[in-house]
Amino acid sequence: MLKTFKKGGVHPDERKISAGKSIEILPLPKRVAVPTTQHIGAPAKPLVKKGDIVKTGQLIAASGGFVSANIHSPVSGKVFKTDEVVDASGYRKPAIIIDTEGDEWDESIDRSDKLVKEIALSGEEIIKKTGEMGIVGMGGATFPTHVKLSPPPGKKCEILLINGVECEPYLTSDHRIMLEKSEELMVGIRILMKALKVNRAVIGIENNKPDAIGKLTNLAAKEDGIEVQPLKVKYPQGGEKQLIDAITGRQVPSGKLPIEVGAVVHNVGTTFAVYEAIQKNKPLIERVVTVTGPGITQPSNFLVRIGTPVGQLIEAAGGLPDNMGKVIGGGPMMGKALVNLDVPVTKGSSGILVLPHEEAHRAPVENCIRCSKCISACPMGLEPYLLMIEAEKELWDRAENDNIMDCIECGSCSFTCPAHRPLLDYIRLGKGKVGQIIRNRN
Amino acid sequence: MSIVLITIMTLVGLGALAAVILYLASQKFKVFEDPRIDQVEEVLPAANCGGCGYPGCRAFAEALVKADDISDLNCPVGGPDVMAKVAEILGKEAGKSAPQVAVVRCNGTCEHRPRINQYEGASSCVVAAALYGGETGCSYGCYGLGDCVEACDFDAMYMDEETGLPVVIEDNCVACGACVDACPRDIIELRKKGPKSRRIYVNCVNQDKGAVARKACEVACIGCGKCVKVCPFDAITLENNLAYIHDDKCKLCRKCVAECPTNSILEINFPPRKNKPAAKEAATEKTEEESK
Repeated sequence: MLKTFKKGGVHPDERKISAGKSIEILPLPKRVAVPTTQHIGAPAKPLVKKGDIVKTGQLIAASGGFVSANIHSPVSGKVFKTDEVVDASGYRKPAIIIDTEGDEWDESIDRSDKLVKEIALSGEEIIKKTGEMGIVGMGGATFPTHVKLSPPPGKKCEILLINGVECEPYLTSDHRIMLEKSEELMVGIRILMKALKVNRAVIGIENNKPDAIGKLTNLAAKEDGIEVQPLKVKYPQGGEKQLIDAITGRQVPSGKLPIEVGAVVHNVGTTFAVYEAIQKNKPLIERVVTVTGPGITQPSNFLVRIGTPVGQLIEAAGGLPDNMGKVIGGGPMMGKALVNLDVPVTKGSSGILVLPHEEAHRAPVENCIRCSKCISACPMGLEPYLLMIEAEKELWDRAENDNIMDCIECGSCSFTCPAHRPLLDYIRLGKGKVGQIIRNRN
Repeated sequence: MSIVLITIMTLVGLGALAAVILYLASQKFKVFEDPRIDQVEEVLPAANCGGCGYPGCRAFAEALVKADDISDLNCPVGGPDVMAKVAEILGKEAGKSAPQVAVVRCNGTCEHRPRINQYEGASSCVVAAALYGGETGCSYGCYGLGDCVEACDFDAMYMDEETGLPVVIEDNCVACGACVDACPRDIIELRKKGPKSRRIYVNCVNQDKGAVARKACEVACIGCGKCVKVCPFDAITLENNLAYIHDDKCKLCRKCVAECPTNSILEINFPPRKNKPAAKEAATEKTEEESK
């Protein structure tokens, strides 16, 4: 019996149609738009102005605080302007727009493919460097990695979990990294273990990726303290708290961070980025993005520079189908529809999903029949139907008592609702309002 | 027979005893309540809309009776008539508040402001605002999902199907401010109704730079400042690329309306304009004649 998390969860169709496609390098875009907020926390402060010449990998925006991240130029060329662009969140954000000229990299970056196994830096130096290189969580939440590597005083990390679950349907970018960059991944895990001063790391992978499980298990056998844990397929296993529950059986208390139960979770994409940052001196300027969907003729996994417009990725994967309904940034469960094709790829973009018209649209909303399917599906043990009503009626104090802030926005409730109620829409609204009330109180 | 008599006597006795106890209790625990509160509540419109800032008409009546100076307090539903009656009951001076009306400061119709994407989430402006920037390129304008219409208790608003914007029915609007609170983008504002309901205001709240605003919407305020220069009464200020007409200073001369390059300043309920250059000529001729 394979391990999985205890509460709730749903089983959407997997549809990993791009799983067999190896990572291709996308040609350089003519112009990139690099938002200064690609992470959770304070926006980065731009260091370049219009007309400046930048090299690939040069620091162009400095971290705006402890919980923030540096941003480096993904291309070489001339800064066209700093302006606001609509990003994947649907809001206008300040961004640095650069016109590409050639591809001249910063000299300090090692661009060779050679595997560097020796870890020269000490734990503190590793944490400092991940901050300098602008590494953030690449599973989608984009939490700055150096913050996660610095546990608060009095807390000790006992186990490092590497998230290779990729529970979202369609997405395969992490899967491909595990297959193609497995040796680098092992070194990356060693680096994280050194920074966190732990001697045990577990890679959690869902059972629908047997090739990745096989390859990493073979490699892990040679390493000390690293093991692979196959997991039963269930959404949202890639959620931090769900993964901790699945692997260790520990449950993170409400409102607390995973460090409370001695665990730290990093995505495989992040682990690979940490390897490149520490061993190759390469900042986070490119990432693997899956371009997929039923109408896409060549579903692919691309290695893309940050700031590339999503339209170019779709073009490279065969273009938009005729019956196109929605372009989604991320997976079908948690992703958000994009407002146009100029939206840039950011550090948190794991996939671009193109859905046909008939699959993309919401069914008409009907009345709640109190079937409690949403309650069974909620992996956090909440009552989504109640939270929705409370948000609708603006009963913020009651919503807070019903732990609305614990919601991880996985969308299992909306997915399972037979009346197609917009549960998550209202819960998100409630989370925003309650969060504001809590902040004002402190 | 005697049984009947005893029963009656006992009941009467019990009744009398209870009456005495109740009388004593009511004397002992008596709460004095100003009878004027009831009188004032009687004159208030009993709409319980909260437009005065108090939770319902009773609470407002209590506040009126309690306050020494009621010139700051106003019932927007009843208006000056009701406040005069209240002042008479209380023997205090009522404030002179100009009647107000809700104004929707967005002209982003489907024609002026092209839709660049389609929203299909929950049909509510606050939910949409918590999700993203909206269906158009303008991140300040109306979402068009009708939270304000829902909030209105007086049937004073409806959504215009053609423009996709809410419309205020002036005669029904009591300026309670429910729609102002409901709008997540602070588009709706209470403004002076003005003489003969004539008003001038900037029909836009876009704070983007001119080029961005203009690209998103044909009739956006681009913050050019022409109206500020032309206003003889210093009634217009420009902040964050957006002009604002202060209704306490505006004398309704309408000079700004003609000056605005994007037609984002709106005049309401004015008679049609006379042919302006002709009027000017006539005026100059007249002065010339006078000087002769």
